[in-house]
Amino acid sequence: MGWFRRLREGIQTATGNKKEAPEGLWYQCKACKETSTMKELKENFFKCPFCNYHVRISSKEYFGLIFDGNYETLFDNLRARDVLQFTDLKPYPQRIEETMKKTRLTEAMTVAKGKVNKRPLVIAAMDFNFIGGSMGAVVGEKISLSIDHCLAHRIPLLIISKSGGARMMEAAFSLMQMAKTAAKLTLLAKAGIPYFSLLTDPTTGGGTASYAMLGDINFAEPQALIGFAGPRVIRETIKRDLPEDFQTSEFLVEHGFLDFVVDRKELRERISDLLYLFDEKNRVLVADAEND
Amino acid sequence: MVFLDFEQPLESLYEQLDKIRQVGEEGEIDVSVMIKELETKIKNKRKELYNNLSGWQKVQISRHPERPYTLYYIRQMSRKFVELHGDRYVKDDKAIVGGLANLDGQTVMLIGHQKGVNTKMRQFRNFGMANPDGYRKALRLMKMAERFQMPVVTLIDTPGAYPGLEAEERGQAEAIARNLFEMAQLRVPIICIVIGEGASGGALGIGVGDRVYMLEYTWYSVISPESCSSILWHSWDYKEQAAEALKLTADDMHAFGLIDGIIKEPVGGAHSNPEEMAKLLKRQIKKAITELSEMTPEDRIEARINKYAGMGVYDVVSETATDDNNNVPSDEK
Repeated sequence: MGWFRRLREGIQTATGNKKEAPEGLWYQCKACKETSTMKELKENFFKCPFCNYHVRISSKEYFGLIFDGNYETLFDNLRARDVLQFTDLKPYPQRIEETMKKTRLTEAMTVAKGKVNKRPLVIAAMDFNFIGGSMGAVVGEKISLSIDHCLAHRIPLLIISKSGGARMMEAAFSLMQMAKTAAKLTLLAKAGIPYFSLLTDPTTGGGTASYAMLGDINFAEPQALIGFAGPRVIRETIKRDLPEDFQTSEFLVEHGFLDFVVDRKELRERISDLLYLFDEKNRVLVADAEND
Repeated sequence: MVFLDFEQPLESLYEQLDKIRQVGEEGEIDVSVMIKELETKIKNKRKELYNNLSGWQKVQISRHPERPYTLYYIRQMSRKFVELHGDRYVKDDKAIVGGLANLDGQTVMLIGHQKGVNTKMRQFRNFGMANPDGYRKALRLMKMAERFQMPVVTLIDTPGAYPGLEAEERGQAEAIARNLFEMAQLRVPIICIVIGEGASGGALGIGVGDRVYMLEYTWYSVISPESCSSILWHSWDYKEQAAEALKLTADDMHAFGLIDGIIKEPVGGAHSNPEEMAKLLKRQIKKAITELSEMTPEDRIEARINKYAGMGVYDVVSETATDDNNNVPSDEK
């Protein structure tokens, strides 16, 4: 029997104070609690050196991991507008401003164009720490503009999803981004330009139920949470416990909704392979049609 | 009769009416004048109440237990109806119904969410919350309509797609996403009408169309006011505020340009005069079909995609050095 009793369970950090990308010298793994240095973590593709847990990383880090080196960001000039004059616990414009300051991002999605093993690719990557990676009008428009860009230059598109769903502060406008992005993706499909969808932890809600599930190739990082409804809502609805691996990447592969799971270490190589295999020069039927 | 909380004044008037009728039946007193007076009073009171509805009150009307549902409208609008079942993969979802109907000579594929009319049926219909099988059944019917060049009409009335274990296993997200994708390119006209609740992806999953209408006292948004309150206010008690903040009424949606029109309801809501409501609904559907059949499939699809591509409001700022990226311009340019 000890002299002291713990009053509260563990450390309780408000969501707002949780850090997304690890900063500083040390990193303690969320999964196995082992500590490694930031240098080790970076060298290991932002995966825990002990348990291979894939740390949540930002759009910028994905660009760094995937592109050959240089890349150019596109459509940086779009900003959310408070059409509904939405106020919950704080006004939406204030929320946006604070988030921009905190994250040094302008929205929950950043688009960049670069090369992977010399083949061009447009990547639209989401950031979870920007209001939960929520999809509002800006995210929808960035996807829409990316598709236009890919159509005009015949470049494949990769969307990296990391989203809690639609952005409630934009209400029905955010809902309609689902229809908007899906409708625009039909144009890429018709033009025969491949669209790759990479789902990372977490991808739930409106994003999943539109562009994220519509890739010609859908793939994910290991152990990512992927679903339509969140696990808490499902548990409350069906009133029983959920299976251990429920809504993980591996679960989705097993049920036929993803093509494969890829370790972050092999991500760049796998994307490069896909770009090679889909390259119009390597598809004799496309090449023939263009020569006619 | 079921009265909503804001209809309390009506309920007491109806009680008075019942009492007077009883007196009339028992004795020799002539109550006809009093009954007339009360009926006018009820009519005026109802008008007064329904002229000043809040967002939350409209949400309540949209969920009124006596409100007509999809199958009622189909039977009223079409003399013949053959219901079709099953998604051809797994099962037949009871929360989405569909089949071949005929509106005064024009065969259409009619699809809609279906809620139950009593406790037992509400469970049978899963409260209008569809599983992936429902969305896939809907898509199968739409593809059939496309093959036989029949317009597609969808009636939306759902508190959301079902958040269940099997729903996730069978790909709720994929099923909805696939419908959005396929509906964008469907070669026949699509007309969608929110007849009750239009909750989020579960509604949109059968809601992408050339014309989207809402009945007057319905709502359509990204989330229900209750869930919105729970997530943003961290409490279930702010549903009225959430309903206002979400701007989810037909008037708001029309003002934002997110729907194409509003179909008026009889005073007192669709449930107070379902036959009249069905007539108004049918008239609007027929009008839309006539307009849309004058376009070629290519023009319709282009207009449809452009309509959705134009949805969303944002600011464009002048390009400034906002990002501290190491983004050396790529050699692609």
